[in-house]
Amino acid sequence: MQASSDPLLDIRGLTKIFPGVKALDGVDFTLRAGEVHALLGENGAGKSTLIKVLTGVHGRDGGEIRLAGAPIEARDAADAQRLGIGTVYQEVNLLPNLTVAENLFMGREPTRFGFTDRRSLRRAAAALLKDYGLSVDPDSTLGDHSVAVQQIVAIARAVDLSGRVLILDEPTASLDAGEVVVLFDVVRGLARRGIGVVFVTHFLDQVFALADRVTVLRNGRLVGTRAIGDLDRLSLVAMMLGRELSAETLKRHRTGRVAAEPFARFEGYGRRAWVQPLDLAIRPGEVVGVAGLLGSGRTETAKLLFGIKEADSGRAVVDGRPVRIASPRVAAALGFGFCPEDRKTEGIVGDLSVRENIVLALQARRGWLKPLSGQESRAIADRFVKLLDIRTSDIEKPIRLLSGGNQQKALLARWLATEPRFLILDEPTRGIDVGAHAEIIRLIERLCDDGLALLVVSSEIEEIVAYADRVAVMRDRRLTGVIEGDGVTVDGIVRAIASEHREAAS
Amino acid sequence: MRRLGQINPRTLPLLATLGVFILAYALCALQFPAMLSTRVAANLLTDNAFLGIVAVGMTFVILSGGIDLSVGSVIAFAGVFLAVTIRAGLDPIVGFALVLVLSTAFGAVMGAMIHYLETPPFIVTLAGMFLARGVCFLMTTDSIPIDHPVYDTLSGLTWRIPSGGRLSLIAVVMLLVFVAGIVLAHRTRFGTAVYGLGGNRASAELMGVPIARTTILIYALSSGLAGLAGIVFSLYTSAGYSLAATGVELDTIAAVVIGGTLLTGGVGTVAGTFLGVMIQGLIQTYVIFDGTLSSWWTKIVIGALLFGFIIFQRGLVHLAVRRRQAARLAAA
Repeated sequence: MQASSDPLLDIRGLTKIFPGVKALDGVDFTLRAGEVHALLGENGAGKSTLIKVLTGVHGRDGGEIRLAGAPIEARDAADAQRLGIGTVYQEVNLLPNLTVAENLFMGREPTRFGFTDRRSLRRAAAALLKDYGLSVDPDSTLGDHSVAVQQIVAIARAVDLSGRVLILDEPTASLDAGEVVVLFDVVRGLARRGIGVVFVTHFLDQVFALADRVTVLRNGRLVGTRAIGDLDRLSLVAMMLGRELSAETLKRHRTGRVAAEPFARFEGYGRRAWVQPLDLAIRPGEVVGVAGLLGSGRTETAKLLFGIKEADSGRAVVDGRPVRIASPRVAAALGFGFCPEDRKTEGIVGDLSVRENIVLALQARRGWLKPLSGQESRAIADRFVKLLDIRTSDIEKPIRLLSGGNQQKALLARWLATEPRFLILDEPTRGIDVGAHAEIIRLIERLCDDGLALLVVSSEIEEIVAYADRVAVMRDRRLTGVIEGDGVTVDGIVRAIASEHREAAS
Repeated sequence: MRRLGQINPRTLPLLATLGVFILAYALCALQFPAMLSTRVAANLLTDNAFLGIVAVGMTFVILSGGIDLSVGSVIAFAGVFLAVTIRAGLDPIVGFALVLVLSTAFGAVMGAMIHYLETPPFIVTLAGMFLARGVCFLMTTDSIPIDHPVYDTLSGLTWRIPSGGRLSLIAVVMLLVFVAGIVLAHRTRFGTAVYGLGGNRASAELMGVPIARTTILIYALSSGLAGLAGIVFSLYTSAGYSLAATGVELDTIAAVVIGGTLLTGGVGTVAGTFLGVMIQGLIQTYVIFDGTLSSWWTKIVIGALLFGFIIFQRGLVHLAVRRRQAARLAAA
């Protein structure tokens, strides 16, 4: 693809601050006309914030955006569109209840004598779709078509409206392999026409198949921009999963011993279209880390083991007895605990007090007919606030007023109060500051020393290396291998993740 | 390529309504062959003219994902306003114009409140319902007969149709409103915007639909048509009464839903609403023909039909979700 060297879009020192978080910290980004530029990074790296600032959904706190040399500041998505920047999101933002033609020309339908001219509308839509090699009836309802077709219709609309920069935000997340090929042809065709394409994805194979250049963000900062020819998979994965933690945090402080007999065994355990069957044994006093890129099935595995999604194949054995983990209730009764990835929507109950949040799981297990007395629940909450050093002025304070790290500790306390034997932590250190980060890691180690079995999902490889005895590596919703002993190093894990990619790419 | 299970969800409810209507008419005609006469058909139109007119406006409201509870009160307001002003010597034609202006403005204000104050339509139009009804009582608490030459002329105006039926003026007005509603829904930008708004508000906004203007226009249209329905109702009854048209908003919503419009918005047709109104009228006519049945049977059958249609619609939504999931499963 011939890309001109003059930047079409030039972003310098872009900064965006949300309360308590620097979502973007002096990020530079350039896009040339006619290139496909992949934007990569883990959850929370700042990809979506960058796009939202660019398209005017958020204002910015610093930096400059230039489009073809002229500084721009989009007020909203429609304004960005007028300036020439169109966006297509993963969840197609069209109207499935209208026809394909109506979606393409919404708000600018051809009219005759003030009435919509159905015939010209149909003809214009058919002409537009032909450019994209799409032969669908313009009068068919959009919602009847596959996501891929809807995606292409969304692209056709965005390009027809804006025509200079096209942002694709995870467009392939719900497409099958054949549909991805079709979509890529469309994107390549657009690049040939001189449109600059920003392509957000977490599938490395697709980056190498489509992109001309790659920019990696991490924790709101720019890691680097490279031409695709200068990169191999290993260096790209290393860029994405960079190193952040101090040496002190990373030093292992383990003293406990791993029991020989597993507490729980999962054999051929999986669920269709969720996670492929996997084998995993969980032992008391051991931390199993789960590593992989975004979308590899890390969180899905955690939810499967806790019964949030019921397995449809394989079996689970707990304490030597086969069990059916049909729901989180069953899992909790077996002595499982689960701290979800998304604290705000799946974990804490923001308006309830710290105390109420801590006793929630215990109360649920006792059943609502046997309420904890106020005194009991206060005693439990007090004990854990001290034990885990949860910093709050008052245990009756609504939990949403606490910092992220302290919320996370309160969530841990919720499950610890039920005296679990197996605790699943999904991204326990996401979105909390560096000090609290180290504390959580210490806490994980201490719990493990006390004989608890833990499964910790994390996108921070160093962190996994710091506490995990064994590391399960995920790729494409499949457990591809378990690393043990001396193999548990940053390099070893990165290699395991990247090598799998190489295999699958061929 | 479309399989039977994938009939356009936009037309499926309409087909179901048409089926129910034909079935119901056939059953009625089987028992009372007289119901096939054009006289009965013409009366069906005349008797339900005001309901039909207001149902066209309600269709737009529900298509956009909203609701308008004030229409019954607006009908009563129009009737009382006309009765009081005509008694005071105002020319009915001027009265008609005033009613249309006032009711349309009333709807526009409600639409503006719904949009700018981000208040649910249910609450705003509930307030509008009490307000309009209250104003009726402020003007008069009595039923006031309207006696004016213009009224005599207008209600006497009929067109003869083959085999004995007489099409009244108000029936013609209703049919014209339906035709205009169909054109407005399917042949204008406003119509597409209404469907878009009901399909997904956020997407519609991203796609450049003028949300504020469309919302205001929708409720202005609904109230304006309620005002027109009020005029028609006053021609039909030749009186104005504060307690008239109580609960008509609910009959209207029932007609729209039976007509195949999804209460969640975005899917439905104005033509379907016509069938919905006619089904209601048909049941009423049947009850009258039978003579032994209590008039409450109309409500009972309408209630049962509504339940049936709601279950049917949930089934459709369920089907759509399942189809999407199947598509995703195939993609994974």
